[in-house]
Amino acid sequence: MKKKLMFMAIAAAFLGMAAVVPAQQAKLSGGVVKIGILTDLSGLYSDLSGQGSLVAARMAIDDFLKQEKNPFKIELVSADHQNKGDVASNKAREWFERDGVDMIGDLVTSSTALAVMPVAKEMNRVTIVNGAASTNITGKACTDLNVHYAYDTFALAIGTGRAVVKQGGDSWFFLTADYAFGHSLEKDTSDVVTAMGGKVLGAVRHPFPGTDFSSFLLKAQASGAKVIGLANAGTDTTNSIKQAAEFGITPKQSLAGLLMFITDVHSLSLKTAGGMYLTEGFYWDFSDATRAWSKRFFDQHKRMPTMVQAGIYSSTMHYLKAVKDAGTDEAKAVVRKMKDTPVNDFFAQNGRIREDGRLLHDFYLLQVKTPAESKGPWDYYHVRQVIPAADAAIPAAKSECPLLKK
Amino acid sequence: MNTGHMRWGFIVLIGFGLLAPVAGIYPTFLMKCWCFALFACAFNLLLGYTGLLSFGHAAFLSVAAYVTGHAIRSWGFGPEWGILAGTLSAGALGYVFGSLAIRRAGIYFAMITLALAQMLYFVWLQMKFTGGEDGLQGVPRGALFGVIDLSNNTNLYYLVFVIFLAGFSLIHRVIHSPFGQVLQAIRENEPRAISLGYDVDRYKLVVFVLSAALSGLAGATKTLVFQLASLTDAHWHMSGEVVLMTLLGGLGTVFGPVVGAFVIIGLQNQLADKVGSWVQVIMGLIFVICVLIFRRGIVGELGRLLKRPL
Repeated sequence: MKKKLMFMAIAAAFLGMAAVVPAQQAKLSGGVVKIGILTDLSGLYSDLSGQGSLVAARMAIDDFLKQEKNPFKIELVSADHQNKGDVASNKAREWFERDGVDMIGDLVTSSTALAVMPVAKEMNRVTIVNGAASTNITGKACTDLNVHYAYDTFALAIGTGRAVVKQGGDSWFFLTADYAFGHSLEKDTSDVVTAMGGKVLGAVRHPFPGTDFSSFLLKAQASGAKVIGLANAGTDTTNSIKQAAEFGITPKQSLAGLLMFITDVHSLSLKTAGGMYLTEGFYWDFSDATRAWSKRFFDQHKRMPTMVQAGIYSSTMHYLKAVKDAGTDEAKAVVRKMKDTPVNDFFAQNGRIREDGRLLHDFYLLQVKTPAESKGPWDYYHVRQVIPAADAAIPAAKSECPLLKK
Repeated sequence: MNTGHMRWGFIVLIGFGLLAPVAGIYPTFLMKCWCFALFACAFNLLLGYTGLLSFGHAAFLSVAAYVTGHAIRSWGFGPEWGILAGTLSAGALGYVFGSLAIRRAGIYFAMITLALAQMLYFVWLQMKFTGGEDGLQGVPRGALFGVIDLSNNTNLYYLVFVIFLAGFSLIHRVIHSPFGQVLQAIRENEPRAISLGYDVDRYKLVVFVLSAALSGLAGATKTLVFQLASLTDAHWHMSGEVVLMTLLGGLGTVFGPVVGAFVIIGLQNQLADKVGSWVQVIMGLIFVICVLIFRRGIVGELGRLLKRPL
């Protein structure tokens, strides 16, 4: 009896193998799909990407292998780019040339993304940008082997600007970091505010990076504007929010963060940030699907995911599926497949990757809850409005990316 | 003067340079090392042989990096013309900075160079063509003289190595020329050099411009290797790093800065994945240890053991 069982089991195993083998074997460079996560593991942005990005990528790989029953070998490598373009490009080159990495993901801060993209293009490899925000990534600097997945400044600034005016915040004053990024954020947002019938009362430029915002904030206060737009990022934003609270500017005037993440709110606490408007591409407490995935992420990382980390999972999964469907890890074929397949998961519904590489998906206008409204840890946002995908990206006609001109 | 050991030093250097990529050391890493080695040597010319501590040498590295990048990318210069343009612009900037800074000595000299370099940093941050904090990317490597394809790593490696050797030999020549002897006289005792009838300010300015131009050559070459120029090049950290390389390798030695550059870049490369931003702290520790325990630097101590200047 035992022997017979054993025989049957072996036969079944052989049959199973026979069924698998003819299913076209993927053609892989080096016999393995190698994914590199190049991110900030120790600096300013390690909260919103960093280790959490690695956790998300690892989850995506494990889930993919489980769902698809180990179709091929996948390796994950990671490195810290220290938010420096030259370090990032150096590492990327090394990964491509020496280690046979097929795809580089995350790339937080625009300088690193913009530095790695041309290298990847030259070596015919894929880049999937999640962490960086510049619209140049899918504008002037776009490449056909790059995907910009989670968000960009257009979606955040425009989303927030438009929605806040609609909610009645029709007079604005900007607190702008005095460098190209701050200027473009200010300009994009003021264009929207005026187009919507709002008024821009003025702007004040603060040096980058800044620590003392008092004189700038007092100017903003004196302007009498209903909304103070924070056209800065990172610690500049959190510091200006803290100081605005200390000066009693909020809640009389409201602040609008043009580039903020849930981790910023977490470190500011609801007491200081409560009432602010901001836009994100993902919020863990939006639907059953986002809650389910975020809970799994939380179990491993002990923090709720940012839109960057959620984007890493979703994009890595989408990439791996494209490799499987294309039957190769050759960059052009994989990106083609990624663009041809819509994204439908907890991160994006009917998301579509446009020719310039931008993933079109919905964004959310969020208002930070006050401590009284929050029901528990990480319960930070009211979702005030869903910004449809089409409104959240630079219209194709206005894009500077030559790939959209065809 | 006994130059036998110098010759040996050169042979080892050239042999290493020629064989290292063949021996399997990653060429892009080596190219980075050579660029920084040249940068450190140029800096050493000023600090080690003239006694002028400039704390703004990143300015020259960055101006050349940006000019080269912009010339190649936007004006369609060939790589050789791009590098030339970068080097010349660094020299010109060196003339401006130098004329101002050499009016003061010691800590004031260092502070003036630092201030000017910081001003330049903010200029780069604001300018359009530098891409601000995003940097200037996607500089094509192109073909040298329109013939040699530089997108091939091996070709580029040997070009970088030749550029380094040219710069290095020039510095070596300068140090051992009568001009160089005057520089060392200025370092040892400036009033005495003046009393001997040398126009010290003139000498200082010339060597400052030379050092700036050679730093520029390093920056221009680096742009070609990494195909980008970024604010990292202009940040005062970079000015500090080159001081560290020079001190660690051996101040006022011919080969010291080269060794220092290889050690520092190698460490940064090895540690980046493991400790991230802690690299900065480790570099600081090395600096402290170097200053406390072996002040002559690696090559300096070696030279003392061999009883010969290296």
